[in-house]
Amino acid sequence: MSGAEIRNLPHEIHVFRGRLLVASIFVTLLFLVLLGRFVHLQVVEHAHYDTLAQSNRIAIAPIVPNRGLILDRNGVELAHSFSAYTLEITPAKTGNLEALIDELATVVDIAPRDRKRFRKLLDESRNFESLPIRSRLTDEEVARFSVNRYRFPGVEIKARLFRHYPHRDLTAHIVGYIGRINNKDLDALEASDQLANYRGTDHIGKMGLEQSYERRLHGTTGFERVEVDAGGRAVRTLSRTPPISGDNLVLSLDLKLQEVAWQAFGDRRGALVALDPSNGAVLAFVSKPGFDPNLFVDGIDSQSWDALNKSPDRPMTNRALQGQYPPGSTFKPFMALAGLALGKRTPQFAINDVGFFTLPGLSHQYRDWKRSGHGIVDMHRSIVVSCDTYYYGLAVDLGVDAIHDYSKQFGFGAKTGIDLPGEMSGILPTQAWKMRRHKQKWFVGDTIAVGIGQGYNISTPLQVAHATAVLAADGKVFRPQMVSHIRDTQQGTLKAAPNELVRTVAIDPDHLRRVRAAMVDVMRPGGTAVQAGAGALYAIAGKTGTSQVIAIKQGETYDERRVQERHRDHAWFMAFAPAENPTIALVVLVENGGHGSSAAAPIARQVLDYWLLGKHPDGTQPKLNAANDQESN
Amino acid sequence: MVRRLALVLTAHIDGILLAFIGMLVGIGVAVLYSASGESFPRLSGQLVNLAVAFAVMWLAAKIPPNNLMRIALPAYLFGSLLLIGVALFGDITNGARRWLDLGVVRIQPSELMKIAVPMMLAWYFHRYEGGLQIRHYAIATAVLLVPVVLILRQPDLGTALLIAASGFYVLFLAGLSWRIIGGLALAGIAAAPVIWNLMHDYQRRRVLTLLDPTQDPLGAGYHTIQSTIAVGSGGLAGKGWLNGTQTHLDFLPERTTDFIFAVFSEEFGLIGNILLLVLFLAVIGRGMVITANAPTTFARLLAGAITLGFFTYAFVNMGMVSGILPVVGVPLPLISYGGTSLVTICLGFGILMSIQTHRKLVQT
Repeated sequence: MSGAEIRNLPHEIHVFRGRLLVASIFVTLLFLVLLGRFVHLQVVEHAHYDTLAQSNRIAIAPIVPNRGLILDRNGVELAHSFSAYTLEITPAKTGNLEALIDELATVVDIAPRDRKRFRKLLDESRNFESLPIRSRLTDEEVARFSVNRYRFPGVEIKARLFRHYPHRDLTAHIVGYIGRINNKDLDALEASDQLANYRGTDHIGKMGLEQSYERRLHGTTGFERVEVDAGGRAVRTLSRTPPISGDNLVLSLDLKLQEVAWQAFGDRRGALVALDPSNGAVLAFVSKPGFDPNLFVDGIDSQSWDALNKSPDRPMTNRALQGQYPPGSTFKPFMALAGLALGKRTPQFAINDVGFFTLPGLSHQYRDWKRSGHGIVDMHRSIVVSCDTYYYGLAVDLGVDAIHDYSKQFGFGAKTGIDLPGEMSGILPTQAWKMRRHKQKWFVGDTIAVGIGQGYNISTPLQVAHATAVLAADGKVFRPQMVSHIRDTQQGTLKAAPNELVRTVAIDPDHLRRVRAAMVDVMRPGGTAVQAGAGALYAIAGKTGTSQVIAIKQGETYDERRVQERHRDHAWFMAFAPAENPTIALVVLVENGGHGSSAAAPIARQVLDYWLLGKHPDGTQPKLNAANDQESN
Repeated sequence: MVRRLALVLTAHIDGILLAFIGMLVGIGVAVLYSASGESFPRLSGQLVNLAVAFAVMWLAAKIPPNNLMRIALPAYLFGSLLLIGVALFGDITNGARRWLDLGVVRIQPSELMKIAVPMMLAWYFHRYEGGLQIRHYAIATAVLLVPVVLILRQPDLGTALLIAASGFYVLFLAGLSWRIIGGLALAGIAAAPVIWNLMHDYQRRRVLTLLDPTQDPLGAGYHTIQSTIAVGSGGLAGKGWLNGTQTHLDFLPERTTDFIFAVFSEEFGLIGNILLLVLFLAVIGRGMVITANAPTTFARLLAGAITLGFFTYAFVNMGMVSGILPVVGVPLPLISYGGTSLVTICLGFGILMSIQTHRKLVQT
């Protein structure tokens, strides 16, 4: 059809004209409403508003609320605030900044670090803000500056609340830190309509619980109507709405347990997560190495920042939450349950392990970690000695999609939903996933690797701990949670943060009993973690694991001494105890630790001994067993 | 030579519309100078914005409406695709996904849709003119709802409502039955309590703040309190240019952008306000005349929607500043500082001019 064609549609044009008339009336009416409003404001109420404008020497000043504390389960403070004097410069009101700072340095101590930090703040700041050049002034410095104040226009002393983290790196990956509000934070606050509540506040949670519970910790800003003189100085207070302090967070974490776990790692890198299987509460949460969160509170200087960022040990990475590793043999108990539940294995079914597995008609050998093989292996023994060959066959019989569908229920391949920001989800592969992600077909060899927790299969330590807790809790899946109670400091009430039962995995009690029994025997003579289990006064259900960092070629043996430290395998250990009525479920990962039995299990034992018996490890460094043939894959 | 050049330059410009726009822009620049604290950088920034916007208007005026009609559907589909792109890969600014980063440029597709949606609907009704039935209106409503919902989810309530309004104008002008309009209005009133329950806390607070600004004196209420004082204290004749105390003592927030009307009102009083309303009415009136004279259904509906859209901007902004509408981020057209909305508005005026000046060509 042609748009240029004029059609004779008198009816439509008639309707249109009518509508246009209605629209014009509508426009006129609404403009008359505006006019009415203007007349009301500018003529009728003019005197009233004129008085308001005249006396609009009334300024509204925000009163910043106290930030809530963060406490462990026994009331030990992990984060608290204190008030201190800072020396602040408003750059817009000063001339040459460098010269000013040089002159200030003659009155108060200003270190090169302070200058660097100030530069960084200046780059990130909004225009008319005052920025701290020095914090925590001593009384003497305050006095000295006050005497010389007239020399420094645009420089002021202010009392500010500071945040302190007394346990530094021990709790850094849990508590996180607050830092100065930057433009990105401002945008986010504006979007969530919180900007008004942050007038006067200059710090905000940037990481950890300080970030995830920002709303609760911050509180509600109060305000004061003050009459100001022509220069903007407050003359008197007209009315005051007090601020509402932020809530205190009480964690389920036990700082002493955390300390025992931390010490047990020595100077090795890794992660430990201990959960209460009955509700998902986090008892200990270690990521080593840590960092000092206090560095971030006043704005970190670039030197310290570089040091943290460039360290090969990656101290800023929260390994428990964000480190993704192949779960290795800790995946086997879940495979065993899948085999039983889906009818692919009976408890009695046994194989003769000669040290490797082959697919029918193919020559490629999938080797067991034990070259000579384990001989006759049934399901019980497959867990106790961590037989790879058994699980190669089982994985092939199940197929990767069934493995995925079953173990997904235990939380593999999805975020656990813990109340910490930045959690990674790991990968629990399927055929479709590989096609989507790598544009490649799935191979049986891939399934075989997945069956022993290698290959595309990766998990965070938190996920493995979470799955361990599900085993310990007869299939009940709780959302892991750091915060157990929230104390409303205004009302003085203590409210329990609810533990969320996400779902219950239906596990046949008989299957569960068998797998747990095998895990108990892992810790006994003949099992892979016999040393770590030796002399325990309670029954431990455990499973060792080792995850490969580099691939080993066909026909080559893995020689620990020849492999560089950073390429050594990661050591895993998962456990819950007491086995018959578990009160703790935990996972230890030692990066490049070698074998689960020798590197990871002894750490777990110390933590269990402390939690269940109150026994402190003698000496800070746990005894390490040399490599032996009781290792697991 | 000079005469030919002048002819080329003014060929498709509607002098009457341009004159009223020019007066509003002049007022805008003067107010901006005062509002920005007599800042020349701010002023020159706005002059650059104006130059770009006028160039866009001039170019748009040269495009014959028939060509516009041809690009209506592609523009709508392209804009919707971009909106989906924003939903999936958009950059987050101010906590909302509104921008799409194409590597070279960052674009805000919702702005494009302010023109593309009425164009699309006008094209649709043009296509089925003469045989419009209920289902055509239903399909048009669906066409309108797709971008509106996508923009709502960004979330950008203000823009979504403006686009919904401009789409509704097309439906209305195309003759949507009064019974349906009445039914929708009744349904809206009936649904109000449900919507209230679905609203976020902060959205409810905005509504409550409108009823009693003193509830939230640090946040949105502060804006309303201060802007109402500015308007009211302006009185009959105002405090005079550059003499507004609310403005110059820093009490008015966002005084160069969304709240610039408060500055104008304080300094020029009721007399100034009436002048401004008259000028806005003049622009709208000229738009209505162009609409009434437009030769095709497409041109009529598009011109009408652009004109009424312009009215909506002006009304919502002045209503918000004078405290009868909730605070939403809508600038005062042709007056507020800022390039994006200025370009969109002038693009609309360019289209109006094109419709007016290509009229005779169509009739021959």
